[in-house]
Amino acid sequence: MAVRGAIEVETELCKGCGVCVVSCPSETIAMSKQVNGKGYNYMYMAHPEKCTGCVNCAVVCPDTVITVYRVKI
Amino acid sequence: MDITDIIKPENKVYGKSRLLLDKVMHFCPGCSHGTIHKIIAETIDELDIQEQVIGISPVGCAVLAYDYIDIDWQEAAHGRAPALATAIKRLYPDKYVFTYQGDGDLASIGTGEIIHTCNRGDNVTIIFVNNAIYGMTGGQMAPTTLEGMKTATTPKGRSYISSGFPMKITEMLAILPGVVYATRQSVDTPAAERKAKKAVIKAFKCQKLKKGTSFIEFVSTCSSGWKMTPTEANTWMRENMFPVFPPGDVKDETGF
Repeated sequence: MAVRGAIEVETELCKGCGVCVVSCPSETIAMSKQVNGKGYNYMYMAHPEKCTGCVNCAVVCPDTVITVYRVKI
Repeated sequence: MDITDIIKPENKVYGKSRLLLDKVMHFCPGCSHGTIHKIIAETIDELDIQEQVIGISPVGCAVLAYDYIDIDWQEAAHGRAPALATAIKRLYPDKYVFTYQGDGDLASIGTGEIIHTCNRGDNVTIIFVNNAIYGMTGGQMAPTTLEGMKTATTPKGRSYISSGFPMKITEMLAILPGVVYATRQSVDTPAAERKAKKAVIKAFKCQKLKKGTSFIEFVSTCSSGWKMTPTEANTWMRENMFPVFPPGDVKDETGF
């Protein structure tokens, strides 16, 4: 059974620490080139098709800006 | 399948704990404090004890903890959180009482309080965040600073000849009979974070069963004080702090 995931990021609250990027096992997420209102590069799903909804990024996020969704297909 | 088909309330598997308030944390990017706050909020939510918990916030970076987690809080004088926890626990023996302290608060100015609280075996949980530096005041040397580590007050690196050795608080307290659970955790990886959460749950259960003092040290990072990026700081912590402060249980007499 395949699993697909997706994340929702509160971009304005992200501080761009990048801790989530190194903990993503499927290299789904990356830091954006744009900055948010605070001047931080925020994280986003660079490869949405790779996300498995493993919640690793959300678990390590110090500011809890990530919400994870997962479906079985 | 499109992302909009996945992002639906019924598919949600992880989100912000309801105990974490909407106020944006003042911590620097990548600070371990945020993750530890999250662990505490999730633990309290899972154990369903929001109404029965009283936290003691310290002086240090985590001084504003009461703004972030939706439970009862009391602010202590610098280093005196364990003494306050003792008082609150004796007045309300059925409440869950925990202190949240950094290394400047617990290992430096409050060394006396923590040792006597643990020696009395007061039934409280101590959460000790050890980042080997004084983060809030600008990166000065702390008692837990590693040998040779450069800080604002040890520009050539800490020398044991003039400043002594890094203080291993968890090992020191573990020899006291009043302490039933002494452990050292970190929050740098998802696996470590999950393990740390189990330790916090265990510590709160110790209180419920009136076992004695439970002590959790978090080896954490201070990317601003160490002058590194958050991910570099995590790597540096694993390479340099773990040999001195190895993660794992130091003492476990809980029996569960």
